[in-house]
Amino acid sequence: MKEIFFSEAIASAIRNEMQRDENVYILGEDVGIYGGSFGATAGLYDEFGPLRVRDTPISEMAIMGSSAGAAVTGMRPIAEIMYDDFLGCCMDQLMNQAAKFRYMYGGRVQVPMTVRCACGGYVTGAAQHSQSIEAMIAHIPGLKVVYPSNPQDAKGLLISAIRDDNPVVFFEHQTLYGVKGEVTDDFDPIPLGKGKIVKEGKDVTVVATGVQVGKAKEAAEQLEKEGVSVEVIDPRCLYPLDKEMIYGSVEKTGKIVIATEECKRGAWSGELAARIAEDRFECLKKPIVRVGALDTPVPFSQPLEDYMLPQTAYIVDAIKSVL
Amino acid sequence: MAIPKERALEAYKTMQKIRNFEKQASRSFSEGVVQGFIHLYTGEEAVATGVCMNLEKTDYITSTHRGHGHIIAKGADLNRMMAELCGRETGYCHGKGGSMHITDTEIGVLGANGIVGGGFTLACGAGITAQMKQNGAVCVCFFGDGSTGTGTFHEAMNLASVWKLPVVFVCENNGYGISTACRRDSSYTNPSMNCKTVADRALAYGMKAMVVDGNNVNEVYDRAKEAIAYAREGNGPVFLECNTYRWDTHFVGDTDNYRLPDELAVWKEKCPIKLHETYLKFMKLADDDQLKAIAKEARNEVKAALKFAEESPFPAPETAVQDVYTDIVEEGR
Repeated sequence: MKEIFFSEAIASAIRNEMQRDENVYILGEDVGIYGGSFGATAGLYDEFGPLRVRDTPISEMAIMGSSAGAAVTGMRPIAEIMYDDFLGCCMDQLMNQAAKFRYMYGGRVQVPMTVRCACGGYVTGAAQHSQSIEAMIAHIPGLKVVYPSNPQDAKGLLISAIRDDNPVVFFEHQTLYGVKGEVTDDFDPIPLGKGKIVKEGKDVTVVATGVQVGKAKEAAEQLEKEGVSVEVIDPRCLYPLDKEMIYGSVEKTGKIVIATEECKRGAWSGELAARIAEDRFECLKKPIVRVGALDTPVPFSQPLEDYMLPQTAYIVDAIKSVL
Repeated sequence: MAIPKERALEAYKTMQKIRNFEKQASRSFSEGVVQGFIHLYTGEEAVATGVCMNLEKTDYITSTHRGHGHIIAKGADLNRMMAELCGRETGYCHGKGGSMHITDTEIGVLGANGIVGGGFTLACGAGITAQMKQNGAVCVCFFGDGSTGTGTFHEAMNLASVWKLPVVFVCENNGYGISTACRRDSSYTNPSMNCKTVADRALAYGMKAMVVDGNNVNEVYDRAKEAIAYAREGNGPVFLECNTYRWDTHFVGDTDNYRLPDELAVWKEKCPIKLHETYLKFMKLADDDQLKAIAKEARNEVKAALKFAEESPFPAPETAVQDVYTDIVEEGR
């Protein structure tokens, strides 16, 4: 057990998988000599060389599409798309090619590829370097979607993602790269689709993703002092989703708050709310409440961004509103 | 040089198989037996045939929405192809793909593709696999003139060149992207590109490029042989532009209001099958009777394929939830 940065946890998972399987390679913009825009591939170029750690031209379509082509022919690529915003540059290769190959070819192929991308705001990155578009990706049948909230989970989930025989999109919140956390020395995979109860509680359930997990924890600790017992669940994967864990908690508390960073229109939080309403309506004692960003692009200037993105105080208010 | 004498009839047979398959597909589409959209390869047979005769089973191809010809030339089973067109359980994709998604990875077919330009970067990926596994394989990327307007074309050409990937880019310049012409007539403002040949574009990426008569199967074979050998030896990608012509409309049932008068008649005179017949007879490699027999054989294989398809069951509706993932079956109704 040692304390390492989120970015180091990513690099260590990749290193382990590259040592274990010669078919694993990484490609992307500045992943080689430079070590990745967020340092998440630092040291790998020196260890594995330019054939397995491939610096690409600024060509997201070629990164994504070649990964799909290599995956169906027997490789296990890890593609880095610098920001999830840039998925817009290669959506065909992800949505129409990688995600659909197995299905439209009648199960004749598998597409074992991992797409890593930074996401999220709180860095005054403005509208094209701050988005949370996980709902758009989770909407596409054929893709798995992972969103870790801490270094330990990032390491174990990334190992699973790389070993998975399906295309997996792995969201890494850009403010997490510089966050340290305790990480075990083993390389045990964390199964995709297995959530985590971050904090047990009995009055209200909060399901949170990415950096909202930390904010939900803060909110829970704050309310604990006021005598409110909050259960915080980090699903870790948006698809496949650990519905059983969430439903179990809803059955216990009957009150649910969903906290995600996305703008609420068409959000993944809406999908989860709908599922709960369809499957566990009878357990609900209060309406489902969502905390998210406003329905605008992410603004640049600090006060604007602070206003637009969700904050801990909003989660506190949301919890209070269902007590 | 030309196709080796002992294989010259093989080329003829393949072209006849493609021609007859397309005839039948078109007919069966009109009768409602073939479903969806179909895009016919008629008139372009020499390209797929001449190129694929140079490939091993372990080599890869990426195809297009107009893919039947490529897939037949790479050695696919007509029965399973026709069954897929008819949406049957026995089809290559068990009825989940149809004409635009037929694939057979066992013979290196990485799928027909419904997105114009969809194959470029996939071909690079297959090239990466070949390069990293050092297995000597080559990937041929088939595409039309129209698709060279997409961004993915340029990204893939650049990547393949920078990384010296064993990819041969085979452009089938059939004159049209749906209705938008790609003509080399100097009196004509080309709405698709502002260079003389599509192959000119390859030069910008430092890529070796050639232009051939795509209706002459011997010529295609020769240049493809050279290109494939060059790529296989690790020298990097090659660009091969084959000038040909699409006899049919973009898809079966499409409007046909954009061709120049007599254009089709002129190209029919240059029919790749007719050209090869003339060659075979001139070289005394076959006589009329032999050619007729081969054509009949091809027709019969296609007829048998249709029979196989029509006698095959449709897939069970509930199989729709399978094969989205390797390890998850989605919820059914």
